[in-house]
Amino acid sequence: MRLRTLILAAVSAAAVAAPALAQELTAITGGRVLTGTSVIENGTVVIRDGRVVSVGTGAAPSGARIIDARGKVVAPGFVAVDSGLGGSEISSVGGSDDLTNGANTISASFDVSYGLDPWSFTLPVARLGGITRAIVVPSHPGGSGGHNHQDDSDFAGVGDGGFQSPSLFAGQAAIIHLAAGTDILVKPRVAMVAPFGEAGAGVAGGARGAEFVQFRETLAEVRLYARNKAAYDRAGLRDLSLSRADLEALIPVANGSMPLIVTVRRAADIQQVLRLAREEGVRIILDGAEEGWLVADQIAAAGVPVLLNPISNLPGNLETRATRMQNAAVLDAAGVLIAIKGNEGSVHRARETRYNAGNAVSHGLPYDAAIEAITVNPAKIFGMAGQFGELRPGAAADVVVWSGDPLEPLSIAETIFIGGAEQAPTSRQFLLRDRYARGGEEAMPPAYIR
Amino acid sequence: MRLQRLRGASLAALACVALTACATSGSNGSNGDAAAAADTDEAREPLARGLDYAANPDPFPSTYRGLPRDNMAIVGGTVFTGAGQRIDNGVVIVTDGRIAAVGGPSTPIPAGHRSVDARGRFVTPGVIDTHSHLGVYPSPGVQGMSDGNEATQPNTAEVWAEHSLWPQDPGFNAARAGGVTTLQILPGSANLFGGRGVTVRNIPSVTMQGMKMPGAPYGLKMACGENPSRVYGSRNSSPATGMGNVAGYRAAFIAAREYKAKWDKWREDGEGSPPTRNLELETLAGVLDGSVLVQNHCYRADEMAVMIDIAKEFGYKITAFHHAVEAYKVAPLLAREGICADMWTGWWGFKMEALDAVEANAALVDAQPNSCAVIHSDDAELTQRLNQEAAAALAAGRRIGMNIPEERAISWITLNPARSLGIADQTGSLEAGKRADVVIWSANPFSVYARADQVFIDGGLAFDRFNPAYQPVSDFELGQPGYGVSAANVTQGAR
Repeated sequence: MRLRTLILAAVSAAAVAAPALAQELTAITGGRVLTGTSVIENGTVVIRDGRVVSVGTGAAPSGARIIDARGKVVAPGFVAVDSGLGGSEISSVGGSDDLTNGANTISASFDVSYGLDPWSFTLPVARLGGITRAIVVPSHPGGSGGHNHQDDSDFAGVGDGGFQSPSLFAGQAAIIHLAAGTDILVKPRVAMVAPFGEAGAGVAGGARGAEFVQFRETLAEVRLYARNKAAYDRAGLRDLSLSRADLEALIPVANGSMPLIVTVRRAADIQQVLRLAREEGVRIILDGAEEGWLVADQIAAAGVPVLLNPISNLPGNLETRATRMQNAAVLDAAGVLIAIKGNEGSVHRARETRYNAGNAVSHGLPYDAAIEAITVNPAKIFGMAGQFGELRPGAAADVVVWSGDPLEPLSIAETIFIGGAEQAPTSRQFLLRDRYARGGEEAMPPAYIR
Repeated sequence: MRLQRLRGASLAALACVALTACATSGSNGSNGDAAAAADTDEAREPLARGLDYAANPDPFPSTYRGLPRDNMAIVGGTVFTGAGQRIDNGVVIVTDGRIAAVGGPSTPIPAGHRSVDARGRFVTPGVIDTHSHLGVYPSPGVQGMSDGNEATQPNTAEVWAEHSLWPQDPGFNAARAGGVTTLQILPGSANLFGGRGVTVRNIPSVTMQGMKMPGAPYGLKMACGENPSRVYGSRNSSPATGMGNVAGYRAAFIAAREYKAKWDKWREDGEGSPPTRNLELETLAGVLDGSVLVQNHCYRADEMAVMIDIAKEFGYKITAFHHAVEAYKVAPLLAREGICADMWTGWWGFKMEALDAVEANAALVDAQPNSCAVIHSDDAELTQRLNQEAAAALAAGRRIGMNIPEERAISWITLNPARSLGIADQTGSLEAGKRADVVIWSANPFSVYARADQVFIDGGLAFDRFNPAYQPVSDFELGQPGYGVSAANVTQGAR
C-alpha cells in the first residue's frame, strides 16, 4: 500500500506538468551546466522561441519562467548517431521497418526520410534517455542495426544477419528531432551510407578487392553521367550499371559535397578506405572502426571523423579481433573527432548512448570528450555545428535537466526541452508500468486503468 | 525393507530439492533413486556400462580446482553482502577459500591473514549471470562456432550445453573483468526443450570440466513463445503456434512420466528387462524428480501463467522464467509460486513478445514479499556490465517512489541469481561458510565509472585490473591483431 501511494503520487505529478510552449521565455537556473564544450557552475540557460538565448552565470531575465536546477546538471540533448529512430518500430516485424531496402534500382537514391514516423513509440523512450536528435541511417550489411540477440541468432529476419543489400550503397541518412509533434524531419539526405570490409565484400561478390574496384568504377560512371546528362537522356551514353536515380544521388558524393558513411572495422580496411577517399576526393565518415586504435594517427592525419561504439570489445568475427574498450580513448587522444553510438542500431536502445559514453570514460576517455562525443561532435560531423548539440546562443533549445551526472544510470532526465518545447515525461512503457505498479490485486482488471 | 529404503531415498531427494541444491552430494541428480539401486540386497546383474543412468549419474564430472589462494582480510571497504546488509568500513575474512566472517571495523582478523586494503572502494559478492551463451555462441561468432541451438527438432532435451562449450571464448575473460564469477551456460531458445545448461565457475580452463561447478544442479532450458513456433512453423512442422508449443510440452512430460515410472518399477521389482535408456526422457525425468531445474525462456505474462499450470499438471517446479519481460504484470503470482524472474532492464521492442518491457520490471518484481528478482544478460557484452543494468533498474524503481537501498538491489545480480541456479547455499552472498567469490570495485558498483579492481573466486585472485599477471588471455587471443601492441590507455590483457 505504501508502494501504491507513492506511485500514484508520482503519476499524478507527471500528469499535471503540462508541456510548455516553445515561445515562452524560460530560464534554467542554478545548475551545473555542460554546454557541450565547457562547464559552468551555477549557470543560467535562457531559452526563447525555440532557441538558446544565453548561457552564463547571470540572473534570469524578468518575466521568465524559472526552472530551478540547483543540485542538478543541465546538458544539451544528446544526438544518436547511426540510429534507426523513427524508421523502425519492432525489429522483427518487417512491415514496420522502413530502413531496409532491397530494390535493385533504388540503392544510393533510397531516402529514409520518407519513412519516418513522428508517432513512433520508440521516440518518447529515447527522449527519456536524453536523446533529442538522431542521425537516421538506412540498414546495411555489417551495420549495427537490428537485434543481435544470441538466442535468436539462427533466425534471419531478426536483426540484419540475413540482410543482403543488392548494392554497394545502402541509401541516404536523415537528421530528425525527437520532439512530440507531426514532423520530426530536420534535414533529409545528409549523408550516403556504404558498407566496406566483410559486409561490403559480400555485396561485391565475396572479396574486398572486388568491392574497391567496383566502387571506383561506380564513381567513374557517376562522373561520366554528371558530365553527359543530356546524352544520357537521349540514350547516347554507354550503358551504366546504376539506375538514373542512383547516379543522380551519388553526384554529391562523387564531388565531395555529401559525406559517405563507411562501415568498416578492420585496421587494414580502414587504411584502404582512407586511401580510396583521398584518391577519389570523397569525404568520408568511418562507422564502427573497431580496430581504429591501431591506425589512430592515420585517421587523425586524414581528418576523418569516426562513429563508434566504445563497448564493442569482443570479436564478433575475424575483422574485429583487435577490438578494445579503449578505442574511443586512443582515437580521441590522437585527435580524431569521435561520436559515440548507442546499442543495436540506436532504436530501442538509443537511450543507452549515455551509458556507452560513461563506459568510454571509465576506459580512459576524458569526461569532457565523452560529452562532446554525444552532443557537439555529431552536429559537427553532420554539418550542423552551432545549430544543435550545444548550449550556446542561437542553437536549438534542446536542453535536458538531469538529476545528476547524465552519464550515470542512476540519474534521470527530469525536464526535457526540444527546440524549446517541453516534452511530457512519459512513454508507452511508463503507462504500462503505472498500470501494473499498483500491485495487480485490484477489483477491476488492469485494462480499466489508464 | 527395500520399499522402506526407497522411501528414505526419495525423502532425501526431496530434502535436496527443498534446499535448492544438492551441492555436497557430489551427484548431479537422483532420478531413478541411484542410492537405492546401488545397494539393493538382491544380487542382480548390473546392466552393461552406460545403460543404467543410476550406475553413473555424473558422467562428465567436474575437475574444477580453485586457483591458488591466500587467507585474507579485506578491510575498510563499503560492503554489500548480497543478503541485504550494507557495512561501512567493513571487514571480510576469507579462510581456505570460504567466507569466514563479515562484519564492521572491529571484526577480529585471525592470525596469518593477509590484509587487503579496500578503503574508498566497494566489496560485493561475485556477480552471477544466470543466462549466458559464452562458449556455445562464442566470439568470434563465425561459421564453425555457432553451437548453441540444436534446432533440428522441437524437443532436444537430450543435448547438454556443456558438450558445445568452448572454454577459449575470450568472452569469459571479459565477463570476469566485469566481476562475473559464476555463469549458467544455456542452449538457445529455438526449441521447446533446448537441452541442459551447465553452471560454471569463471576461471580459465582448457576443458569444460575444469570450469564446471561441482555439485551445481543441472538446468533444463525450455522456451515459450515466438522462437519455437517461428522456427518449426516456418518448416511447416509443429509447433507452429503457441498452442502447438503447449501440446509439445505436455506430450513430452507424459512420455517422461511413463519413462520414470518404468525405471522406478524396474528398480523396485527387479523383474523383466530394464527400460531402454533415453537421454531426452532422462533429462525430463530429472525435472520430475526435482534434480534438474527448469530454466524457462518466457517473455509474456499470459504464457508464464500457462507454464505454471503445466508444471502443476505434471508435478514439477519451474525455477526461473528467463527474459521475463512481462514479469511485472504477474509479480504476485511469481512470488507465490516461488519462481525467479530473470530480466533485462533496457532490452525491448526487438520482437512482439518483447514489446511490453519496462525498465522498472525488476523493481516491481522485487517489491513482492518472497520474490526473486534477477538481472541477467543473454549477451557477451551485457554480462560485463550487469552492475550497470541493475543500476538502471534501480533508477527506474526509485523514479516511481520506491525506496530501494543499493544493498538490496545488489542481490539482483548476486544472491537472487544464485537462488535461480540452485546454488545459493554455495555462493551469491558474503556470509560465513560460503565460497569466497568476491569483487572489489573501484567505486560504488551502481556507478557507470566503477570497475572491478580485483575478482576472487573461491578466495583465489582470478583478475586484477592493475596486475597483468592476473589478466588471463585465452589461447584464441594470443598473437591476434592488436596483441601486444601498446597504445595510450590500452591495457594489455584486458579487452
